[in-house]
Amino acid sequence: MVSQGTVSEVPVAGVAERTRPGPGDRLRDGLERSWRPVALLAACLAAWWAVTAAELVKPYLVPSPGRTLDVFAEKWDYIWQHTWVTTYETLLGFALAVAFGVLAAVVMVYSSTVEKTLYPILLFAQVIPKIAIAPLFVVWLGFGMTPKVFVAVLISFFPVVIAMVTGLKAVDPEMLELSATMGAGSLATFLKIRFPASLPYLFSGLKVAVTLAVTGAVVGEFVGANEGLGYVILQANGNLDTPMLFAGLLVMSAIGVVLFVLVELAEALLIPWHASRRGSAVTTTY
Amino acid sequence: MEITSEDRAEARTGRAGEGTDAAVRIEDVAVRFRTKKRDVTALREVSLDVGMGEFVAIVGPSGCGKSTLLKLVAGLLKPSGGGVWLRGEKVAGPRRDIGYVFQRAALLEWRTARRNILLQAEMRRMPAGQARERADKLIEMTGLRGFEDAHPHELSGGMQQRVALCRALLHEPPVLLMDEPFGALDALTREQMNVELNRIWRETGTTVLLVTHSIAEAVYLADRVVVMTPRPGTVEEIIDVGLPPERDYAATMARPEFARATRRIRDLLGAGSAHD
Repeated sequence: MVSQGTVSEVPVAGVAERTRPGPGDRLRDGLERSWRPVALLAACLAAWWAVTAAELVKPYLVPSPGRTLDVFAEKWDYIWQHTWVTTYETLLGFALAVAFGVLAAVVMVYSSTVEKTLYPILLFAQVIPKIAIAPLFVVWLGFGMTPKVFVAVLISFFPVVIAMVTGLKAVDPEMLELSATMGAGSLATFLKIRFPASLPYLFSGLKVAVTLAVTGAVVGEFVGANEGLGYVILQANGNLDTPMLFAGLLVMSAIGVVLFVLVELAEALLIPWHASRRGSAVTTTY
Repeated sequence: MEITSEDRAEARTGRAGEGTDAAVRIEDVAVRFRTKKRDVTALREVSLDVGMGEFVAIVGPSGCGKSTLLKLVAGLLKPSGGGVWLRGEKVAGPRRDIGYVFQRAALLEWRTARRNILLQAEMRRMPAGQARERADKLIEMTGLRGFEDAHPHELSGGMQQRVALCRALLHEPPVLLMDEPFGALDALTREQMNVELNRIWRETGTTVLLVTHSIAEAVYLADRVVVMTPRPGTVEEIIDVGLPPERDYAATMARPEFARATRRIRDLLGAGSAHD
């Protein structure tokens, strides 16, 4: 797929012309790709600042960037404490969703009865607005962390299952036949061929799932909580404390971004063969 | 011509058991697929004997069931009728005493060339030291030296196919099954691979069953060429090439035996099944 025609076809000893980018190249590539979105973000910030500085809108509706930053300085402990709660719920929910999602996908791929029973329901369940189930969880599980974790699991479970099923099914059928002629059992075939082959699919599901998990946790907090960023935002809303509202939003987004980047890092570490190929592609998926 | 191969097999291995000492024996095999709309007969009344150490090529129009035939021998597919014997033992499930090469190299992209070759050893639980030694030998033999640590996407199509060939030969299989292994390569690379395959076949002494679309490739490589009819496929004719095992590429092409065999095959394929 990559430079099929350009690598010389000489069977004598020699080293392939590999185009492995050095750190300098990678930095230049990164800058090349990131300056546009960064510039747009900077423009938005500038606009925000300009609008508030010229007092085009009332400060209690849109606080200035400076005012929002001040909130961080003044109430850092308060924000930090609730950030932790939300992060913890998110991570726990995400981890459970990954564990159950991968397990469900493996069972479905290996048992067609289970797949025929479960997969249509799973696809259909995608339609249900899972956020609307959150109040029910609060009724059932109370005001602690559990209902928030449940909402996070529920909302991030689907992308994991569907990505993993797709990945496990995308394995080259000839590879499986080859494995049979090697006398490999189904466990060895799974561990050495099917599972690694499905990882790129799984990771694209994980990236969706991890950001959804944040949403799930916050929604759980909206419904009924006395801690977490969802609670912070509701409190700020009730007090018309827009600077705190903005601060809460910023922290929430930051959690999403950080977790997303962590998943990307894990991807680069675990499946470098995939990441390096994608890097050389013309388009990127995000 | 059937007699020739029997004689050859006998001469090499001596007769044992009930005369099933051919490397591969295919007897009156039929394969029918059931699709939603209708039943499709892919193969009918196919019989073929391949002697130990023999190189047999199978040519035929697209969809005549050539690949299906290889899968039957490997035990990846069950015949609807008839039977297949591999080294005197009836094929009843996936067989481990073969090497298989597909048209696409089918390499694991997260493994280097060497580790792709060694997958064969890992799955078979071969002793690691012995496997590594054998892999090194094959890497040398196929001209992969210097590319062992490259990943598949860093290799050209020809190099990828060399890796697949090494993987298929690692456990020294008595029978090598090749399904259009060079079909995706450019003409020049293909010739090169043909020359190498001829040398590898002579050096390893393995039995080879090769499915190909190229008449020249079939005649250059094989002792005998099986020509198949269009679907439902059956053996139309078996042509004895009559060339010595060691074959220089250009010189072989210029020999009268080569011309005679290619011409006969071309006639058969062009005329279809007119003279049944």
